[in-house]
Amino acid sequence: MALLSFERKYRVRGGTLIGGDLFDFWVGPFYVGFFGVTTIILSALGTALIIWGAAMGPTWNIWQINIAPPDLKYGLALAPLKEGGLWQIITFCATGAFISWALRQVEICRKLGMNYHVPIAFGFAIFAYVSLVVIRPLLLGAWGFGFPYGIISHLDWVSNTGYQYLHFHYNPAHMIAVSFFFATCFGLSLHGALVLSATNPGKGEAVKTPAHEDTFFRDSIGYSIGTLGIHRLGLFLAVSSAFWSAVCMIISGPFWTRGWPEWWNWWLNLPVWR
Amino acid sequence: MRLAFSLLGIVVATLLTVAMLFTPGWVRPPIISTQTGYRGTGQEQLISAQNKRILEAANALPAPIDKASPSGERATSAYKNVKVLTDLSTDEFNRLMVAITQWVSPDQGCGYCHTDDLADDGVYTKIVSRRMIAMTRDINKEWTSHVGDVGVTCYTCHRGQPVPKNVWYENPGARHAGGMAAHNYGFGHPSTSNGTTALPVDPFTPHLLGDDNIRVVGKTALPTTRGASIQQTEQSYALMMHMSQALGVNCTFCHNSRAFLDWSQSAPQRTAAWNGLQMMRELNAVYLETLKPLYPANRLGPLGDSPKANCGTCHQGVSKPLYGQSMLQDFPELGGKAAP
Repeated sequence: MALLSFERKYRVRGGTLIGGDLFDFWVGPFYVGFFGVTTIILSALGTALIIWGAAMGPTWNIWQINIAPPDLKYGLALAPLKEGGLWQIITFCATGAFISWALRQVEICRKLGMNYHVPIAFGFAIFAYVSLVVIRPLLLGAWGFGFPYGIISHLDWVSNTGYQYLHFHYNPAHMIAVSFFFATCFGLSLHGALVLSATNPGKGEAVKTPAHEDTFFRDSIGYSIGTLGIHRLGLFLAVSSAFWSAVCMIISGPFWTRGWPEWWNWWLNLPVWR
Repeated sequence: MRLAFSLLGIVVATLLTVAMLFTPGWVRPPIISTQTGYRGTGQEQLISAQNKRILEAANALPAPIDKASPSGERATSAYKNVKVLTDLSTDEFNRLMVAITQWVSPDQGCGYCHTDDLADDGVYTKIVSRRMIAMTRDINKEWTSHVGDVGVTCYTCHRGQPVPKNVWYENPGARHAGGMAAHNYGFGHPSTSNGTTALPVDPFTPHLLGDDNIRVVGKTALPTTRGASIQQTEQSYALMMHMSQALGVNCTFCHNSRAFLDWSQSAPQRTAAWNGLQMMRELNAVYLETLKPLYPANRLGPLGDSPKANCGTCHQGVSKPLYGQSMLQDFPELGGKAAP
């Protein structure tokens, strides 16, 4: 990809967290950096191990390939490679690759003198993943509580793990997370539609301004959050989705082992009508 | 005014949050886990170490009683009016009577069933006890598909109480409009019988007394018939909720939730549970419901039916009652003989 004429201005030295000038260069459009190197190594190794695991498994059917975590009996120890050890190494690679990617974002932010909203937001997605395969297994005392790497197999895990709590939709944090996911979709679609409607006027009409966008929402619901505010709201909704997803899994098992419907006894037991 | 409403809102929200955060049931690690399926399938049973200690203490066995010789004088010759325990020696018979008093009526003593004339059948509890002894022997002989050689004794259910803690009555549910205005089929009333969900309040009458079909899941990818109604389906789910809570297990103890209906993907425990359901139906119909004419009014349910058993009556929150400790081995008096 050709370097755009104005792009050179932003390709400044420095801002690295680690490695000094050693990896401070670009390959085509991509900034490399120390964490670009670790991202590439860890993701390539992890992917290769998944393919190796699939090769050792019974099928090449893309839906049925399954790299499962160890049996619970191994606890927090390392398991034999073919009995979940592979899953442990892949989990290490994936977590390392994700965190490397976030730190590479930090370095780019520092180069540009920007703030860290992007890596922080991405950090919430990493937190959701890590809570499933590291934090919750650590709290429950066995790596076997992580989810298996496979298209169908991870769905089976989701289903059974949900039914461990009889009816997972009664999990209050799950309720909050799902509501935030829906709200995120709703907000993003409204925002996208609003911007496109202002920038795609009828033939012969002038492109409309943020003032038009604000007025549209004031006219329709009495309030416009504004051009900057909608992005604050979007970040809050999306980050909250990931955060409460993580919470809903961390509390399921380590801090609540019964059916989630039973949790709602707090409502039935309110002194008002008990 | 605005400030007052804000303050009110803050106070209410704080109180509700406190109720949520401090509701009983929260646990903390260490969590004891059991894996019941292939690794990574999420088929696991979880219990906190703290709750396990509490359950184990609650399921400790009562004090043992010295064994009695099966030979010697027969109970039938020593006592009059012996109708069920006809094959026991007098020593065995006396030992069992002592045990039953300890298990069932420790505070009330022999007088809970007997008058000064031990042969007197005038106290209804004696007739009930006789029926219960016959039932216990029947379970231990005919229902090994469910109870194995662990078996059951009076203590399995009674635990020192004349009426076991977990019994059920037919439950008509809360009063609602009927006919054209009916809007509710017993849904939306959380109780212990439906696992505090919105499911129907009485899954027992259709499934543990009657033999309504429990397997409501369609067997084909797309529906070919109308299948089970919502009401039947919710009844089944309520029963499953009850079974989970009664045994202190989750759905994956028996089922692989990717295919609830498929026996080949289910755990062997599902077979034991199926046999248990058949057993419950027979015990409720043959032994328990038929005692209705004997009971005083305060022992009967709102519809005038007798107290009946469900999974929780024996299991009491544990997948194997009394954590699988067999009392029957120490009480051969209660085993191996069919009801007369």
